[in-house]
Amino acid sequence: MNYKKQLSRKKRDKIFELLLKDKASLISVIFLLALILVSVAAPFLPLDGSKTDILHMLESPSSVHWFGTDEVGRDYFARTINGGRISLTVGILAMLMSTVIGITVGMLAGFSGGIVDGVLMRIVDVIQSIPWLVLVTVISIFFKKGLLSIIVVIGFFSWMEIARLVRAEVLSLREREYIQYASFAGVKSFIIIVKHLIPAVMPTIIVSASSGIADAIMTESALSFLGIGIQEPLSSWGKLLQTAQSNLQNALYMAMIPGVLIILTIFAFNKIGNVLRVYWEPRVSEV
Amino acid sequence: MAKYIFKRIINAIPLLILITMLCFALISLAPYDAVDAMTTPKMSPELIEMIRQKYGYDQPVYIRYFKWLDGLIGGNFGYSIVNKTSIYNDLASRIPNTIRLVLPSYITAYILAIILGLIAGANKGKAVDKIIDSFASVSLAVPTFWIAMILIYIFGYKLRILPILGMHTVGNSSLIDYFRHFVLPYVVLTFGFLPGNIRYVRASTITEYSEDYVMVQKAFGASKAEILFSHVCKNALLPIITKIGMALPALVTGAVITESVFGWPGVGPYFVRAVQGMDYPVIMVILVLSSTLVIVGNLISDILYCVVDPRIRRGA
Repeated sequence: MNYKKQLSRKKRDKIFELLLKDKASLISVIFLLALILVSVAAPFLPLDGSKTDILHMLESPSSVHWFGTDEVGRDYFARTINGGRISLTVGILAMLMSTVIGITVGMLAGFSGGIVDGVLMRIVDVIQSIPWLVLVTVISIFFKKGLLSIIVVIGFFSWMEIARLVRAEVLSLREREYIQYASFAGVKSFIIIVKHLIPAVMPTIIVSASSGIADAIMTESALSFLGIGIQEPLSSWGKLLQTAQSNLQNALYMAMIPGVLIILTIFAFNKIGNVLRVYWEPRVSEV
Repeated sequence: MAKYIFKRIINAIPLLILITMLCFALISLAPYDAVDAMTTPKMSPELIEMIRQKYGYDQPVYIRYFKWLDGLIGGNFGYSIVNKTSIYNDLASRIPNTIRLVLPSYITAYILAIILGLIAGANKGKAVDKIIDSFASVSLAVPTFWIAMILIYIFGYKLRILPILGMHTVGNSSLIDYFRHFVLPYVVLTFGFLPGNIRYVRASTITEYSEDYVMVQKAFGASKAEILFSHVCKNALLPIITKIGMALPALVTGAVITESVFGWPGVGPYFVRAVQGMDYPVIMVILVLSSTLVIVGNLISDILYCVVDPRIRRGA
C-alpha cells in the first residue's frame, strides 16, 4: 500500500474517532441519522396527519396519540414527522445553495481584487442592505408560494455573510509571505486558490456552513411562524409553532415538541460542524 | 488613511442611490400596486382612473421615482395607504421604542459575549470553557420566538407576575410598569444576540492562541494575563469590528419577531402589518431606511477595520 492511501485511511479513521469520542457528537450523529431515516420513510409509514377529529381536540399526549392532537383533532405525531421532513429539506438544500455561492463570490472578490472585487462587493452590499424579511416578502410576491420558492429565497439571499467572511480572510491571507511567495514564484492563481487559500479558509467555511444549515432551518421556521413561509396544507416545525402560539395556555406540548426538535436538530448540525472544524484545523485542537 | 476613508465614503453614495432604485423597482415590478390596494372590485373604471391620477400612478416610472426620492430627501415619506397616516410621524413615534428595546439588549449581549468568549478561548478545553461553549451551542439552537413563548407561558400564564403584551398598561405610565413590560422582550433579545457572538469571540481567541507570537511570548516568560490582554485580545477582537457595523440596522429591524410576539409598539409590528396589508409606501420607506443603515454600518466597519489593521490599510 502506498503512503498516500495509508494517509487518507488514517484521516478517515481520525474523523470517525473524533465523531465517536465525544458523547454529545455521538448523540448528534445518531439523532440526525434517525431524523433523516424517519423523514425519508415518512411517506411509507401508517401516519395520517390530515384526518380531523373534533371529538378529540387538543388532547395531551397519550398511548393513542403519542404527541397528542392539535386544535382540530389531527394526530400531532404525524404532523410533527411531516413537519420535520419539510424543515430538514429546506435547511439542507438552502444551505448547499448559499455556501456554494458564498465561497465562489468571496474567493473571487478577495483574490482578484481591483474592479472584480469592487463590483462583487457592491453587489453583496446591495443585497445585504435589504433586510431579509422584506426581501423575502417582496420576492415571494413574484413566486408562487411553495416549498421550492422558500428554498430558493433562503438559499439565494443568505450567502452574503459567507462571501464577506471568505473575502476578508483571503484579503488578509494575500498579505502573508507564503502566498506572496507562491505568486512571486509563478504558481498559477487557480493552484494557489485550491492548494493554499481554500484549505486556509476551510474552518471559516465549515463553521459558516454548519451555522448556515442551522440558520436556514431557523429562518424557515421564523418565516412560517410569522405566516409568510410554508403555507397550508404543507407544514413545517415553524408552522406548527405558529398554531401552537394561539393554543399556548391550553396546550403547552404543542409548543414544546416542535420547539425541542428544532433545538436538537440545529444543535446537532452545529455540533458536527464543530467536529469537522477540529478535523480540518488540528492545530487548534492540539493547543 | 484619510484618503482611504474619503474614497470609501465616496463609494457609498452611488450605492445608496442604487439601493433606492432597486427598492423602487422591486415594488414597481410587483404584480399588485398601491392602487389595487385602495380600490375594490365594485368601483367603476373611471373612479379607479381618478385614484390612479390623484396619487400620480399614471405617470412614467422614472418621474414617480424622482418625485418619491425628492420627498424622501425632504423628509416627506408619504402616507400609509391603509391608515392614511403620515409615515414620518408613525416612524418617529415607533423607532425610539425599538431602539429602547434593542440597544440595551445589544450592549448587554456584546459585553457578555466578549467576556465569556475571551474566558472560554483562553481556557480552551478546561471545565469553564466547556460550560460556556455548551451554553453557547445550545442557546444558538433555540429560536427566539420559542423562548418568548415559553417565557410568556411561565411568567404570564402560570406565575402571572409579568405582563405579556405591549409597553404600558393602559392608563399607567410609571417607570415600574414600563420595566415590567420591558423585562421579557429584553431578556429574549439579549438571549438571541448572545450565543453567536460568544462563539465568534471564542473561535477567534483560540485561533490567536495558536499563532507563533504567542509561543514567542511564552518563551520570553510573559505571564498568562500579559499574553491575553496585551497581545491576543487586540487581534482576537479584530473580526468583531465587522459585526459592530452590521449591528446598526438592527436598531430599526433587529427585533421584528420579538416585537411581534410581545406586541411591543416598535417598527416590527408596524412593518409586519404593512407587509400583510400590502401597504407599499410603508414597505418602501422601511426598506430604504434599513438599507441605508446597513450601508452606513458597513462604512463604519470598513473604516474601523482600516484604522486597526495596518495590513488592510496598505492593501488598500
